[in-house]
Amino acid sequence: MKFRGIKKAASIVAVLGVATLTACGSSSTTNAESPTGHNPPDVPMLQSLGKGEGELNLIAWAGYAEDGSDDKSVDWVHPFEDQTGCKVNVKYGATSDEMVQLMQTGQYDGVSASGDATLRLIYGGDVAPVNTDLVPNYKTISDFLKDQPFNSVNGQMYGIPHGWGANVLMWNKAVVKDAPTSWGAVFDSDSPYAGKITAYDSPIYIADAALYLSKSQPDLGITDPYSLTEKQLDAAIDLLSQQKSTIGEYWSDYTKEVQAFEAGSSVLGTSWQVIANLINADKKVQVGTTIPTEGSTGWSDTWMISSKAAHPNCMYEWMDWITSPKVNAQVAEWFGEAPSQTLACKETSDPTFCDTYHATDSAYASQIHYWTTPQTQCVDGSGDDCTDYSEWVTKWQEMKG
Amino acid sequence: MTDASVASGRRGSLFARKPWLAAILLLIPPMAWLVLAYLGSLVALFVSAFWSRDSFTGHVVHVYSGDNFHQLVTDSLFRTVTLRTLGIALAVTVIDAVIAVPLALFMAKVASPRVRLALVVAVTTPLWASYLVKAYAWRGLIAPNGPMDWLTGGHALGYGLPAVIVTLAYLWLPYMVIPVFAAFDRVPDSLFEASTDLGAGGWTTIRRVAAPLVFPGIAAGSIFTFSLSLGDYITVQIVGGKTQMLGNVIYGQLVTANNQPLAAALSVVPLVLIVLYLIALRRTGALDEL
Repeated sequence: MKFRGIKKAASIVAVLGVATLTACGSSSTTNAESPTGHNPPDVPMLQSLGKGEGELNLIAWAGYAEDGSDDKSVDWVHPFEDQTGCKVNVKYGATSDEMVQLMQTGQYDGVSASGDATLRLIYGGDVAPVNTDLVPNYKTISDFLKDQPFNSVNGQMYGIPHGWGANVLMWNKAVVKDAPTSWGAVFDSDSPYAGKITAYDSPIYIADAALYLSKSQPDLGITDPYSLTEKQLDAAIDLLSQQKSTIGEYWSDYTKEVQAFEAGSSVLGTSWQVIANLINADKKVQVGTTIPTEGSTGWSDTWMISSKAAHPNCMYEWMDWITSPKVNAQVAEWFGEAPSQTLACKETSDPTFCDTYHATDSAYASQIHYWTTPQTQCVDGSGDDCTDYSEWVTKWQEMKG
Repeated sequence: MTDASVASGRRGSLFARKPWLAAILLLIPPMAWLVLAYLGSLVALFVSAFWSRDSFTGHVVHVYSGDNFHQLVTDSLFRTVTLRTLGIALAVTVIDAVIAVPLALFMAKVASPRVRLALVVAVTTPLWASYLVKAYAWRGLIAPNGPMDWLTGGHALGYGLPAVIVTLAYLWLPYMVIPVFAAFDRVPDSLFEASTDLGAGGWTTIRRVAAPLVFPGIAAGSIFTFSLSLGDYITVQIVGGKTQMLGNVIYGQLVTANNQPLAAALSVVPLVLIVLYLIALRRTGALDEL
């Protein structure tokens, strides 16, 4: 018993040690460039496609690279392997932050990065620009996803858009009788649902508070929820501190959110469409979702290729495969998000799927403020007095106390 | 004769001629583990705590400064969370000791061999199940509409600090029971008889005879419960509601903020707390027998 405990303690220390050692490793392999937010480091772009290297190492969100192990009918990895000869190894990333860290090791060929990771990867020199001519399916991807501030720099794409979705307001229909239409429902300190409100457990959730403030307190002058001055950030943190008294628990793991709603410990809060679908499919409770009048934050994911990719040809093959109409439709339906590929809408098993997710509706998509990495150089181009992500993390931790 | 036995015969004679060779071969793996993995990683941790990092890309910058430790001492967040974590670890240790002592006494001195075996198995069985499964089981147990709610007529524990303490106390209980049981087991029955013969009552015997002999066992167990609680960050995410522990703040700095140097500096805090705890225990003389 004693041995067991000591070994456990030792392994914890060892893991910490390894983490710090990898930190040294990754930092020494990249140049000591100092990104100012103006120009990303010069990383060469692949000019012509060669033969596949026989292997591919990916970092992906759970559900983006299914090989039939979760559900036999959900498999687009094996057909890819058969067609290209690239054997796929997938490492699931739990958060954007973890994905950035994994990519910095240089051991992976590509990543399905959300907008709050992409710029960090681009300016860190961890990913390479993408030659969209080598990805035939890129042509028919929704135009409003191309050349966006979170996936391109100076008109150069750094990845292939995969799919997108909104963070929705979700409520338990049996408990919350009047369907909420404003994010004010989760920021109301006198809420009748106090103690059963939930929020996303990540500093990026500060943007949700900022988005609400941009409408409820126009005096603050918030125009973009990711470009906050010191004063605006403090106002958002104040709102979150006040919200904390009504929060039952924060969630970051989507299975925990499903369980919390089904058990009734949460009845109102921010969520993803896929979570609502899972809950309604289980039929224990019924939930409703909406994009409130203030608009919403959301994600838009991009497949990016590592600047140190050992298997670049296989990665290009993958980026084309995952955005091909049939596969993109499969992924979108499995994960519960809008496909990036316009032609995917003809391939979905549910013919109304693209309408449900507003996949080709650019007006709907423009209501969404996609996750992006806050930086000193304001991401909306309004100046250089914005607060950066590390400040958001510190303030978030202080808010949680 | 098979080839294998010939080979082992030769090796045996080699070791017979040079016994130091066997000793070295035996010692290399554990020493390498200790020096490289254990001490090496601790040194790496401590050194990296003095580095800083580029705030945007998260790459570590190898410039030495004491800023991380300065922030550690001045930032009230870290003080609050450290105190909360310390409180949780102490509470878990006390609860486990209070439950373990009578249980271990019963197992070692009262129960029949068959019952004793059954109890040892019962106490250690939870160790076979996954940590996550057990923590999620508690999440279900104390949920608003869960079994505890039904049993107590609407007074479920709910998610929060008390739930964290109870769940951790449950998780680490075997680590306390087993050393205390071993300690009671080592106390000869004749000592209890001698004490009774000399006129001491049951309570005096436990207090004056058993307790001093068993204390090292409690101390050994408490090292596990204390240090395991101090480093935990998963249970609190599952049943802790909105609370956070030191482990969560370290994880947040390491993974979310990608600030490895500050995370390394923060990791020194539980390390120091455990060393202080060990020193305090040593002063009581509980570690003399180890």
